[in-house]
Parts: sequence; structure tokens; C-alpha cells
Amino acid sequence: MAKYLLLKHYRGAPAAVNDVPMDKWTQEEISAHMKYMNDFAARLEQTGEFVDGQALAPEGTFVRYDGEGRPPVTDGPFPETKDLIAGWMVIDVDSYERAVALAGELSAAPGAGGKPIHEWLELRPFLAEPPTVTE
Amino acid sequence: MRELIPEVIGVLVRRGADFAAAEDAVQEALIEALRADPPRDPKGWLVTVAWRRFLDTTRSDAARRRREERVDAEPPPGPAAETDDTLQLYFLCAHPSLSPASAVALTLRAVGGLTTRQIAQAYLVPEATMAQRISRAKRTVAGVRFDQPGDVATVLRVLYLVFNEGYSGDVDLVAEAIRLTRQLAAVVDHPEAAGLLALMLLHHARRAARIAPDGSLVPLAAQDRGRWDTGMIAEGVGILQTALSRDRLGEYQAQAAIAALHADAPTAAETDWVQIVEWYDELVRLTGSPIVRLNRAVAVGEADGARAGLAALAELDEGLPRHTAVAAYLHERAGDHSVAARLYAEAARKAPNLAERDHLTRQAARLNTET
Repeated sequence: MAKYLLLKHYRGAPAAVNDVPMDKWTQEEISAHMKYMNDFAARLEQTGEFVDGQALAPEGTFVRYDGEGRPPVTDGPFPETKDLIAGWMVIDVDSYERAVALAGELSAAPGAGGKPIHEWLELRPFLAEPPTVTE
Repeated sequence: MRELIPEVIGVLVRRGADFAAAEDAVQEALIEALRADPPRDPKGWLVTVAWRRFLDTTRSDAARRRREERVDAEPPPGPAAETDDTLQLYFLCAHPSLSPASAVALTLRAVGGLTTRQIAQAYLVPEATMAQRISRAKRTVAGVRFDQPGDVATVLRVLYLVFNEGYSGDVDLVAEAIRLTRQLAAVVDHPEAAGLLALMLLHHARRAARIAPDGSLVPLAAQDRGRWDTGMIAEGVGILQTALSRDRLGEYQAQAAIAALHADAPTAAETDWVQIVEWYDELVRLTGSPIVRLNRAVAVGEADGARAGLAALAELDEGLPRHTAVAAYLHERAGDHSVAARLYAEAARKAPNLAERDHLTRQAARLNTET
């Protein structure tokens, strides 16, 4: 088994094919999208492949240490930052091929006009524990 | 059996156990009770088993000597002590030296009798993290004497947090908060304890109507009022009226009064907004909270028209949580649909949770796609 992170971006990924923001969809299109996402996660729980899923607020803050006795420096949000993560799903699957297939399925979630969004999702393998057998 | 926990911990403490050890022993006895046949005298059974557990874990001679001395000095438990024990346990678990998250966890475990695993699931943290939070909390209150009087207001804040911020898992935290508040209101003579219980019941009564079959939030005005739990509303209103008649108003009673006025309206259009604004004025006076002023602006918008609501909103800081969402709503009521759609979309980006974000996105989409 291998764990993969499926990353969804607010910004930084190539544009989706069906790239219409959700606040321009009809109520039925929004409901269909939500149902697709919920069903997808529920099915992965059934197959024993779902680990975690979380969504992030669009805006955050950069923070860094500023020396002994001084409060940390905060800055941002930086509108020019290229990458902005919207959320993630962690899956635990048998193969890279399975992870790609699932990411493809998630990217097919319906959007405007009830048609698949074809959104680009980023697939990142976890760095796992070293195996016991080394020779 | 969980309702017996405060009394059983109280018996152990009066026999000489310290709070942390007593709480552990009772928790273990409860787990044992799940495996055994239901005992005929649950409280006596729990005391016996928990006390045995406590003795098993404090075996050293010195400890035994101290314990025997203490046992000799302790008066036998009587019925009067039981309500005091329950109250003392609430005070201890909500002690002001604890952070809100620690007080919540300790209350759910020691007063509520939930397992660490159940509490961890409910707050979406690993069990080991929750176990540490609880043992640190126990160490923090280790020096607090069990018979010190506490502040009911701090206990009420903890119970309000449990009610308001429950997540998932196999425990219904909302129902648990109501159970614990009901138990508290029975042993303490405090109109705000009753006010909080009424507030919880009046909000919980609407639960079935608050979420649509597709999981989306249904705002109060659009809820199917036929699905509200009228029995629970009647109970909440009754408790509230008794509390209000004592003429010691507090913020929970005032919030419950607002919830009761909503519950009382057969349709959203028949809501008595003028009286609701008056209760918000009371709440502003009691708390000075800017969030209350924000909610008041919505009520003013309903009572005196959207323009009046926007005027009330203009006096408030735009950085307040949900300020943009309220502005969107009032602009829509005032007929500025394009402004409202833009504000709904902006509010969705600032939403603090997914359900609200989806709801606000839907509002923007509704206005953007209307013809």
C-alpha cells in the first residue's frame, strides 16, 4: 500500500477545461457537484482507501522567526504567490496506477452545465517508512 | 449509568482518593460495567468496583497509611452530599486555570463519562493527543480542593462550547451538552443555568429542519417549521419563563428569549422582529459584544427595513466575522442584487466552515443565474 496526497488548488494549477466559478452555476449543478464529491469519499471509505480529506480557507499568513525575544514576523497574504492550495484528500492505495485512476475520477466531478470540470489535481506520493527487508 | 459518575467520583474523593485517581478508577469501572451483566444497584456496584480499582493502583505502604487515616476522618456519604459532589465536579472541570479546550475535554470525560477515544473522535484529534490534553488538565487542577466554591458562569461557558462546537464520531455532543446542562440546572439554583438549558433545547428542536437532504444548510426563514420538535420547544419555553420570572436576566436567557420568539412564529413572515430587536438591545447591554450588534443589524433590517439594517451595519467594523455575509443579505433585501451577489461570493471566500461556504456560494449563484 502507498499513500498519496491529492491536492486541489485555488490557484497555481493549469486552468480546468470547464472553468466556470461555482457562483455562476445553477442550484442543481451545485447539488450535483456536492453529491459527486460526497459519494466519491464515501466509496473510498467503503473500499478501505480513504485516509483523510480537508478543505482550507483561501487566505493565510506567512510567519517566520525574528530572533530571540522578538515576536514572530507575519506577512501576507501575498496575492502574487503562484500556488494556493484549496484542500486535499489522502488515499492509501495499492499502486500508482490506482492513485492516478482515482485522481482522474475526482477531476471528473460535474460543474457548469452538468459537464465534468476536468480540473487539474496534483498527485504527490508520501515519503514512506523504510522497509524492513533491505537486501 | 453515566449520570452516576459525579456522585461516584464524589464518594471516592471523600474516602480519600485524589481527583485524578478517582476519575481514572471510575472510568475503568464503567468499562468493566459494559462487560458485566447490568447490576441491580448500579451506584453501589460502581462505587465498589471503582474503589477496588483505586486501591489496586495505590499499593504502597505510605499511600495505604495515609489513605487509612483519611478514611477514618471522612464522614459517611449521605444523600445531601450527592448534589454538592455533582456541582463540585463541574466546578473543578471548568476551573479558570484550564484553557477552554482542556476544560471541555475534562468535563466530557470526568462529568460526562465519555472515553478518551470518543472525545478524540468528536474533536478530530488523535487519541494520544486527547489523552495528553486530559492528563495535563488533571495535573493543572490537582491542587484545587474539591470543596472550593466555583463560578457557575465558567461552567456554563464550557457547556455552551460543547453544544456549539461538536463535530462527528459516535457521540452526539449536542445531546451530551444538553444532558450535562440539565444535570447542572437540577443541582444549582441559577437562572442562567436554566437559561442555557432553554437556549439549547430551543435550538436543538430545529435540528431536523436545519439541514436539507443534500447536506446543505437551510436558513431559519426557509425551514419547514412542521419539522421542528414542538415538545422540545414547549419544554424550552417553560424553563425560560420560569427563569425570566426571577428577574435576574443574563445573556443565555436573552439569547433563549430570541430563540423562543422564532419558535413562536407559525411562519417566518409572522416573526415578531420588533420584540427580537428589543432582546438584542438587552444583549448588547449585557455583553457589549460586536457579534451581537451584527446579529442585531439583521433583526433591525427585518423590523424596520433593509435600509435601516444597512445603517445599523455601517456603524460596525467591517473586519467582524460574517460582516460581509450580513451585508450581502441586507443588500439583497434592499433590492441591490448585483451588489448582493458580489458580496455573497466574497463572504463565501471568508466563510469559517464548509457548510457556510457552500451556502453562501449558493446564494451568490442563485442571484447570478436568476433571469
